[in-house]
Amino acid sequence: MTHGTENTFNDYVTAMVGGELFGLPIGRVQDVFLPERITRVPLAPPEIAGILNLRGRIVTLLDLCQRLGLERRAPSAMAIGVERKGESYGLMIDQVGEVMSLDAADFERNPVNLDPKLAAVSTGIYRLEHRLLLVLDVDRVLDIAPRAAAA
Amino acid sequence: MDDLLREFVTETNESLDVVDIELVRFEQDPNNARILANIFRLVHTIKGTCGFLGLPRLETLAHAAETVMGKFRDGMPATHEAVTVILATIDRIKEILAALDRDQREPEGSDSDLIADLQRIAERAGKPEQIAIATTERTLGRPLRPGEVSLEELERAFQETPVDPRPAKAAKPVAQEAVKEEEAVKTSAQSIRVTVDTIEHLMTMVSELVLTRNQLLEIVRRHDDSEFKTPLQRLSNVTAELQEGVMKTRMQPIGSAWQKFPRIVRDLAHDLGKQIELELQGAETELDRQVLDQIKDPLTHMLRNSADHGLENAAERRAAGKAPQGHIRLSAYHEGGHIIILVSDDGRGLNTARIKAKAIAQGLVSEAEAEKLSDAQIHKFIFAAGFSTAQEVTSVSGRGVGMDVVRNNIDQIGGTIDVKSVAGQGVSFIIKIPLTLAIIAALIVEVGGSRFAIPQLSVIELVRVRKGGDQRIEWIKDTAVLRLRDKLLPLARLSSLLEIEGKDVSDGAYIVVTQVGSQTFGIVVDSVFHTEEIVVKPMSSKLRDIPMFSGNTILGDGAVIMIIDPNGVARSLGSAAATHAATAERGHTQRAEEAADDTTSLLLFRAGSSQPKAVPLSLITRLEEIDARKIELSNGRHMVQYRGQLMPLVSMTEKPVRSEGAQPLLVFSDGVRSMALVVDEIVDIVEDRLDIQVSSGNAGVIGSAVIKGQATEIVDVAHFLPLAFEDWFRRKDGTRRERQRSILLVDDSPFFRNMLLPVLQAAGYAVTAAGSAKEALKLIEEGKSFDSVVTDIDMPDMDGFELAEALRADPRSAATPVIALSSQVSPELIERGRRAGLHDYVAKFDRQGLIAALMEQAGVDAA
Repeated sequence: MTHGTENTFNDYVTAMVGGELFGLPIGRVQDVFLPERITRVPLAPPEIAGILNLRGRIVTLLDLCQRLGLERRAPSAMAIGVERKGESYGLMIDQVGEVMSLDAADFERNPVNLDPKLAAVSTGIYRLEHRLLLVLDVDRVLDIAPRAAAA
Repeated sequence: MDDLLREFVTETNESLDVVDIELVRFEQDPNNARILANIFRLVHTIKGTCGFLGLPRLETLAHAAETVMGKFRDGMPATHEAVTVILATIDRIKEILAALDRDQREPEGSDSDLIADLQRIAERAGKPEQIAIATTERTLGRPLRPGEVSLEELERAFQETPVDPRPAKAAKPVAQEAVKEEEAVKTSAQSIRVTVDTIEHLMTMVSELVLTRNQLLEIVRRHDDSEFKTPLQRLSNVTAELQEGVMKTRMQPIGSAWQKFPRIVRDLAHDLGKQIELELQGAETELDRQVLDQIKDPLTHMLRNSADHGLENAAERRAAGKAPQGHIRLSAYHEGGHIIILVSDDGRGLNTARIKAKAIAQGLVSEAEAEKLSDAQIHKFIFAAGFSTAQEVTSVSGRGVGMDVVRNNIDQIGGTIDVKSVAGQGVSFIIKIPLTLAIIAALIVEVGGSRFAIPQLSVIELVRVRKGGDQRIEWIKDTAVLRLRDKLLPLARLSSLLEIEGKDVSDGAYIVVTQVGSQTFGIVVDSVFHTEEIVVKPMSSKLRDIPMFSGNTILGDGAVIMIIDPNGVARSLGSAAATHAATAERGHTQRAEEAADDTTSLLLFRAGSSQPKAVPLSLITRLEEIDARKIELSNGRHMVQYRGQLMPLVSMTEKPVRSEGAQPLLVFSDGVRSMALVVDEIVDIVEDRLDIQVSSGNAGVIGSAVIKGQATEIVDVAHFLPLAFEDWFRRKDGTRRERQRSILLVDDSPFFRNMLLPVLQAAGYAVTAAGSAKEALKLIEEGKSFDSVVTDIDMPDMDGFELAEALRADPRSAATPVIALSSQVSPELIERGRRAGLHDYVAKFDRQGLIAALMEQAGVDAA
């Protein structure tokens, strides 16, 4: 992850979730996959969509729409695979976009009036030609509180 | 040659690990010829192989060490110094081996320092017996046996011809015998050496195979063309078995991680000037290789901690009235599908005050809050990040690595760690690794369309319930129970525990009868598939706090399912018993069992007043609800036809028995006789510690206890049963037995005395109760005689065994049969009881069993 101040370019995997455009630093993305045969986990926090077997590894699926508090426009069809502390996660998204190489000069800090739920997981915003791209901090996205009183 | 060399390095390293351990044992037990023979053999083999491979430096070292060990065998005392030098030699050999492994040749260097030390020791041994001859003459200290070569010759032989293939074939007869024995053992254990890389590679390939198989299955499912179906089914099965097999190869006994520990402890004891004894238990417990690697360092660290901070030195220990030798125990075992590792010492215990001060100083807790914390809560601060109370950093354990690092390591594999400390008595660390990566047999069940795995280890049996079937689920308010062989089994519906939609149980369901510790309960599921060996994977860290699951697994068909944690289910049933059992230390199992025994299943009901009443569930045979119109009045008593007989009803209050509607009854029965207690309403079944606080003057009530936060009257069944049974006897026999047999009942718990008294009286015995063994013996001394003695085993001051022995010793009571009541029965206890003169063993709550045992004894008497 390099958010340089010079005229450097950073690569992002972009994705649509709940009608918004997000970018994930490409270094953190393992793969993009079609989540199939999802096992729902009873008593799990609402952000956890379930778990599945991806090439022999158990992947925990995170419902990004729910996590970011966005309105669901379409059923999440794709997932972006990321890793943290040796564990595999899949971030469920509506649609995966192209990989964009973006000029760090276009990077700005989050506007102060940004929805706090989004601001909590985003490092900043890129001004693209037609729209804005919110950069997600993978670690913060994965920081979800365990359900308060399970069972 | 390369392969040969590599094999030599691996094998020698392993042999040296064994030598390490054996030497430490030998030092403690210098008279054990078998240990010495083993060490001697290993060193000798190393020496021989070195000569064969042309490794002069190693060979010289091994030879010098062997010489000293030869002296040991000839009776030289195994001094600390000598053993230390040999251990140092072994370390040097290991260094050389490491270099050899790396560079494919022996490193340059001289070992003259060690060799000089070894020679000095060997010579010193010779001196007292030998007249000091020239220094070059080193002797065995005894005449040569036939076939032996003198040491001098040997020395010269390999100095002159370092590459001679067999310079060291001067095997001693004793050693040779040992070799034969060991070889016989070795050949019986068939194994081959495989590198870890090979297994890991296999594992990856199998995973890929499973995936491909799954894809094929998908394709076949879409096409109805069944041509592929049969071969694919076979492929599928074979793949599953292959996967399983490869997984199993990854399992290793935990003892392999412990191998170095005896040596570490010995060195620590030396460095710290303490006497430490290390006890290892359960070395054969199997763990996944990966897990094993992960816990090796934490365990080593904890061992060092125990030796350094935990144990006192000999003087302090003596002052505290303890044996001078400190004791560290490491044990491992499987429990309820978990692997439990205990590290405990009998040292000074954690310094609660210092931990508290440090926690406050580090801002982990405010002073006011700290005051409210229990000692156990304060002890948990040692796991907080950056926490170390050691005031001075020693070379042994204060390296800036604290218990927080240990906890992190264990967290990573999905485990937990807990600490128990008793000031002045020691500390125990309890590491619990939940099933991680281990392979277990599990029952696959379905609830609400989802599959779950229940560890087979805790499953006792399966019961199918159906409408109109023999087995059915019954309800006491919202509590579901199952009658299973005259016992009431509390039920937990998995669907409601997991908050998912399950099938309606009235349509039929399966009950998985499960046992956790001393608690038995049924888990209600929609359907049951089969038993499968599953590979347990840790729950994602985001899901680890769900108490119902202990992990997840990938099934043969590629689907991921959750593994149910029976402990979690048991806890949800509101029982403290399960937690007791789950966290109990093995060493303290007995105590835990006693603790578990303290909790009793109680049936709560109302009768007469609004205050709840309770009676131990185990005393109740059945719960019935009858149509009040069926109650008949006979001879001024209420009766009901029940199972083809008339059963007397006893009311607890003055209130008249209902004349219409449903009448709930508690049925008590012994053998063929039954009576029922009339109650207003059955409230609940709870598992609680029965602590009768206020004894009552009321007849029919033993006293009050707080159950579920409410004052509850504990009903004295003893009071009510005779009301029915006396009446019953008159109706049935008309005549009394010619002579009532007498029983002396000994139990320290008034509760059990009160409970058993009516049972025995009802069976027609004259019962005298005694509250202790002493009291019982006093009765005998007073000249009272009894036909049988029924005694509890666990009693303070004098237990049941001692009582039995005392009775046996007294001619007045020597012939009286003694029957023991015990909450736990094991072959060892039975054997001990037999020696003490006990005639029979009966489980504490087994009334029928007790009556049967008494009748049997009476029969023996009559014969």
